[in-house]
Amino acid sequence: MLRFLLRRSLGAVVILFLLSIVAFLLFFGMPRDPALLMCGKTCTPANLENLHHVLGLDKSIPEQYGIFLHNLVLGSDGFAQGPCPAPCFGYSYHTNEQVWGTLMDRLPITVSLTLGGAVCFLVIGLGTGLIAAWKRGTLVDKTFTAGAMVISSMQIYFLGPLALAVLVYQTHLFEKPAYHEFTADPATWFTGLIIPWVVLSTIFASQYTRMARSSMIEQLQEEHVRTARAKGMSRRYVFFRYAWRGSLIPIVTIFGIDLGSLLGGAIITEYTFGLPGLGRLAVESVFFSDLPLLLGVMLFSATMILLCNIVVDAAYAYIDPRVRLA
Amino acid sequence: MTPAFLSVRDLHVSFRTEDGVVRAVDGLSFDLDQGKTLGIVGESGSGKSVTNLTILGLHNPLFTTVEGEIVLDGQELTTAHESELEKLRGNKVAMIFQDPLSALSPYYTVGRQIAEPYMKHTGASRKAAWKRAVEMLGKVGIPHPAERAKDYPHQFSGGMRQRAMIAMALICDPDLLIADEPTTALDVTVQAQILDLLKDLQREFGTAIIFITHDLGVIADMADDIMVMYAGGAIERGTVREVLRSPRHPYTWGLLNSMPRLDSDLSTPLSPVPGAPPSLLTPPPGCRFHPRCAFQDRVGGNRCVTERPLLAPDRASACHLTAQQKHTIFIDEIKPRLRHGQEDTA
Amino acid sequence: MTEDPVLPAPREATDEAAREPLLVVEGLTKHFPVKGGFPVRRTVGQVQAVDGIDLTVHVGESFGLVGESGCGKSTTGRLITRLIEPTAGTITYRGRDIGHASRKQLAPIRSEIQMIFQDPYSSLNPRQTVGKIVSGPMEINGIEPDGGREKRVRELLEIVGLNPEHYNRFPHEFSGGQRQRIGVARALALEPKLIVADEPVSALDVSIQAQVVNLLQKVQRELGIAFLFIAHDLAVVRHFSQRVAVMYLGKVIEVGDRDSIYTRPRHPYTHALLSAVPEVNVTDEDTGGRERIRLAGDVPSPINPPSGCRFRTRCWKARDRCAAEEPPLVQLSGNHDGHLTACHFPEDPTTAREEDIVLDPALAALEGESK
Repeated sequence: MLRFLLRRSLGAVVILFLLSIVAFLLFFGMPRDPALLMCGKTCTPANLENLHHVLGLDKSIPEQYGIFLHNLVLGSDGFAQGPCPAPCFGYSYHTNEQVWGTLMDRLPITVSLTLGGAVCFLVIGLGTGLIAAWKRGTLVDKTFTAGAMVISSMQIYFLGPLALAVLVYQTHLFEKPAYHEFTADPATWFTGLIIPWVVLSTIFASQYTRMARSSMIEQLQEEHVRTARAKGMSRRYVFFRYAWRGSLIPIVTIFGIDLGSLLGGAIITEYTFGLPGLGRLAVESVFFSDLPLLLGVMLFSATMILLCNIVVDAAYAYIDPRVRLA
Repeated sequence: MTPAFLSVRDLHVSFRTEDGVVRAVDGLSFDLDQGKTLGIVGESGSGKSVTNLTILGLHNPLFTTVEGEIVLDGQELTTAHESELEKLRGNKVAMIFQDPLSALSPYYTVGRQIAEPYMKHTGASRKAAWKRAVEMLGKVGIPHPAERAKDYPHQFSGGMRQRAMIAMALICDPDLLIADEPTTALDVTVQAQILDLLKDLQREFGTAIIFITHDLGVIADMADDIMVMYAGGAIERGTVREVLRSPRHPYTWGLLNSMPRLDSDLSTPLSPVPGAPPSLLTPPPGCRFHPRCAFQDRVGGNRCVTERPLLAPDRASACHLTAQQKHTIFIDEIKPRLRHGQEDTA
Repeated sequence: MTEDPVLPAPREATDEAAREPLLVVEGLTKHFPVKGGFPVRRTVGQVQAVDGIDLTVHVGESFGLVGESGCGKSTTGRLITRLIEPTAGTITYRGRDIGHASRKQLAPIRSEIQMIFQDPYSSLNPRQTVGKIVSGPMEINGIEPDGGREKRVRELLEIVGLNPEHYNRFPHEFSGGQRQRIGVARALALEPKLIVADEPVSALDVSIQAQVVNLLQKVQRELGIAFLFIAHDLAVVRHFSQRVAVMYLGKVIEVGDRDSIYTRPRHPYTHALLSAVPEVNVTDEDTGGRERIRLAGDVPSPINPPSGCRFRTRCWKARDRCAAEEPPLVQLSGNHDGHLTACHFPEDPTTAREEDIVLDPALAALEGESK
């Protein structure tokens, strides 16, 4: 197991390295000059020249990349804004703040949104899916299946404002969504995020409803499930021990992907509810051609996705003994 | 006369499908006595597996309709409540299946899967059940049972998996074992081991066995009585000797004639049954076998097409030919083709 | 569907014209690598699927290859049709080595060696009509028979006992046995000299199986096509093949004429295999019970096969020599010509066995109790 994790982590580092190169090259392919943007209205050729030098844009691309990599691993004192300990992505062109610090500032918001949403959509999605599979062919099953279908065709930018309008502005049942630090006051943290969680989870939950239902139904038709029934195990026991265990693999797979991409930033949700998470940061960095920030957000999101992947693979080994030995 | 241990009367099983109603079993009756082995032989779609899933109520109730009577040791099973059936399954009646790899769960150890029914039916502790599972594994010939019980099914070979299935089925000492093609997926040398093992265990435990297979050779080796099924019904029944040495139904004749044997005559080709089994969505009228039967013109009138011959308790085969006709046809036309090949003595 | 016509008398295997070798396989070996290890995945072992076998198939002959799962019989079939490339050894077809021939060099030979598969459901493309399936090989090879491809397909359908009017139907409209006939028609389309049939009847019901066996027999005899008939069912192989090779764990352990192999097997494994086949006694006389040999356990893994004789771990005659030295495949004294056996301590061809051989510990224990 340890070997497996080591091998996968090594692989992930290689992927991140390649990704950073691609991102670097793409940025230099953009037709905009970040120095020009920073230089403002009173830009003179001399200022521009100076900025190019300060930002290191006058060096060759491989050289710039080398510096970037060096700073990332070892940190650097060479910035005009001050020292930058590892992992150093440099300072943002736009805000002049340390990129790593910015990322860490935004991260709690994204993590709160993701984890709360994930709990909601897992509970709702798997719950309805399992009930539908258990009561297959009945009215309950049909209602849940149809409901999941309708909801999955909705979008956050439709449901979000709708929820805000009804629940916050008209009935005043809930507070306006906002992020409060968990450590400061868990209660406001919770009430502030409940609407984003629910809206986010409805979109995801419908997918889990359908998947849990179909893979449970498939598993219930497996021969080993029939064997378990033939030896006298109750329907409930077989459902939760035998069929559920088999359904876990596809569910965990999709959950890993969803979790990874959510941790990289839920752009639409963050915009809809005005929450300044990583998703917004990503969009802003693109908007301002903020190379250090862009690379930082990108590599950070990629790391999240790769981490989730490794966790999912490790989970497979836990779920399925056949994977363990292979 | 004491009632039979298992008695099935006029069983009808049908499935609703997208294409219509499939009558998988249509008017089946048979008996089985304690400690005996009934071999059910038939091709795919003959209804042999469905019948046996129905005995334990393992059919899918959403799509399946079951009519008729299944009485096991005085208890009616078709109308029994699910909780009563659960008490029977794996306890009084156990099953083993064709493919032991897919029939065992890949997620739990072999020992756990064997111990589960014992815990459930006897209320034994986890530890006692595990001990008993290891004991059973040893009994079915798994070397080092205490260690192997901790393995997962994929770490077992095909023959060992089927042995584990047998251990699981017999752990509660059932009165009836339903074996659904238990050796079809196995190699011939392993099949021989498993068949012998089943016979020896049956002698020790006194279990009645329903043995389902498509292989007449396996049946001849295992069973006391044979029931031949075709298109959802029994067409011939009798002791192994009666059915194999003096069969009385054209389909049984066809099966025997189309089966290559290690001692059959090689100078003549096999004589297959022409055509294919009928669709059970729209079974042919009258005798289900008549479209493939070479002897229907010897039956008076149009009876093979209009009237379905049934296997009554006092009759050995469901065919309109008279007993005399069946006897003469078999002796004169069928048997000569079954003769041994010349023993090569060079 | 039409009934199969009466077959001509079987061709004598000793017919001189038929002794001309068509396919000669020498030292054929296929090892599949097993990957594993850390940090770089590398080959940590070899599955010795086929390990140095010699076979000869003569023109127009039906050659049977039997063995249990994992013995390498299917891999051998796939090597001969060159679906996979051998690790070592030669495959000589009509004097030309095709073992390592390139795609281009193989092209003309591909049409002469055809294959029939086990599963009649997955081996036919469900989206193609029967006509398209059967004419496919002609199209690929750019062959335009006299009177056009469609006429030829209709002829072929008739030969295999299908209605030529079914030209435009799709595979799902046919039963399993009929689909296997379509597979046979496709194999015949290019007038092959050799057909490799890999378990062609195993997936079929008994009554249908006989139809297809008869069809293959008809094709073999009337069209003079040689067959490499791969199957696990000893009775079917006996019925179909003039010569038979028995494989065990990647090796041919015994080969010879049908009668020699089935009536006087010399290798203990062949003997055990034959005694394990459950048989129906349909005659009135009781033959006094058959010999009973019960081996212990399953076939060992081909990744790490036993040293020396590969059968020794399950053999009741095994001695030290069997572990040290691999027995060569040779003609033993008392064998017919061409009957080769690879065993240090072969079975006696004359005396019948006096008592059962039961190696299975569980069986021995249970039977000991009941005595």
